[in-house]
Amino acid sequence: MISIKNLKKAYGTNNALTGINLTVPAGELFAYLGPNGAGKSTTIRILTGLTKMTDGQASLGGFDIETEAIAAKRQFGVVHQYVNLDQELTVFENLDIHGQLFGMSKDMRKAKIEELLAYIEMADRADTLIKELSGGLKRRVTIARALLHEPSILFLDEPTVGLDAAIRRRIWALIKKIQQQGTTIFLTTHHIEEAEFLAHRVAFLDEGRIVALDSPARLMAGVGTWAIDQLKDSGMETRYFKDREQAAAFQAEDGFTLRRVNLEDAFLSLTGKKVQA
Amino acid sequence: MINQTIAVYRREMLILKRRFKRQVAGQAILPLLYLVTFGYAMGGELRFDDISYLEFLLPGLVAMSSMTQAFAIATDINVARFYWHIFDEFQAAPISNASYVAGEVMAGITRAIISIFIILGLGLLFGVQLHYGPIFWLAILLNSFLFASLAVALAMVVKSHADQSLLTSFVITPMAFLGGTFFPVDRLPGWLQNILGLLPLTHASTAIRGAALGKDVNVMSLILLTITGIILFWVAFFCVNKARD
Repeated sequence: MISIKNLKKAYGTNNALTGINLTVPAGELFAYLGPNGAGKSTTIRILTGLTKMTDGQASLGGFDIETEAIAAKRQFGVVHQYVNLDQELTVFENLDIHGQLFGMSKDMRKAKIEELLAYIEMADRADTLIKELSGGLKRRVTIARALLHEPSILFLDEPTVGLDAAIRRRIWALIKKIQQQGTTIFLTTHHIEEAEFLAHRVAFLDEGRIVALDSPARLMAGVGTWAIDQLKDSGMETRYFKDREQAAAFQAEDGFTLRRVNLEDAFLSLTGKKVQA
Repeated sequence: MINQTIAVYRREMLILKRRFKRQVAGQAILPLLYLVTFGYAMGGELRFDDISYLEFLLPGLVAMSSMTQAFAIATDINVARFYWHIFDEFQAAPISNASYVAGEVMAGITRAIISIFIILGLGLLFGVQLHYGPIFWLAILLNSFLFASLAVALAMVVKSHADQSLLTSFVITPMAFLGGTFFPVDRLPGWLQNILGLLPLTHASTAIRGAALGKDVNVMSLILLTITGIILFWVAFFCVNKARD
């Protein structure tokens, strides 16, 4: 379980987080959705020990991240939005060093690495240098590394950023599979479809505060079910409808596009901003 | 804790293994140039206290290299921290500051020891054979421990590669030239000797040279290197927390 109480972070006079309160129960796939600069990565950096909080309290699996830091760090694995693997080491060596940092025995590390490489469909790449892998494969290795010590919580900070659509879908399938095995997943993203497809619950984050928190279906239902987009000189104008007939009747006029409401609409209606700028 | 210290050290050693040929070539080039230029070409006829300048210079280069190579771990840490973000992996792992610092310091000492073997090999090529007994190696160990600890401490507090480069220019380079590497410090005016006596490298080069030439080594120099090294290790230990945003 992840518990966050009144979490604040300020860089000088700039308030990156202005008081986050959140509880993520064990086994949930939770998405943290917001535009760039909303405070998503800052939250993950604080929870994983990379950044100091200005105020507040947080615990992971019941361990306080400040006063019981070592125990709290045993609870999670983390995948950053950047690939932080040793480029001059092989896939196996990167994973092996990680396992040793977590106090795993040599035999345990070897067995777990073989299992995970099979799991991410890279069993034949154990001896490949990281610098020789594609972006998608590197991302898979970072996910395997985060899972190596069998954490109960997995932090994924923009795990599909910079990847093409096909690879992104493979990573999504992998994330689903990990969650179905009981791991709590805390995912930050600014990809609307990612949050819709994966998450049990979504928090909308804007300017360092949570403006809404619910299941994707409920967040979208608050706006409507169908949307009509019309391109005007002043930009795109969108109207929302509860049922398809109403929307279809409206769509009869030329230049209108009928579509289902998505999380972007819900975010826009709450903040006046788009998630994906 | 030991397992995690070994993990930090093993990572550095695996990288070193991949770069070994480049690393050895890089570590050999500067001492070779110093030996050719200052020792062979310019100092061929020069003698200090009945020893040739090459015999005087070689232990100085050993002291200087054990400092620069141990300190060079700072650059590797910074590249890992600012460019590859691998330091994040250590910060998010359940390891103590002491494990991290000890692993990196051991890596710095290993680099220094490799560079010493290179210099001693070059010395043989130039026909210089000195005494390489336990005190000689102890002084090298203490000097590289001290500067590797300083390197880790500074690598934790700098905010960019440029800061790191400035520190090397203002701290390490002047020490390399003024710490008794190329000339006897006792030939300088008293007030300047007193200032240079504050530099760890002055004590290291005096001790290493004394041991290499088979003379008595000032025990106080070894004690000073030990105490300063332990203090810097503790400073590095506390500086690890400073690396968090």
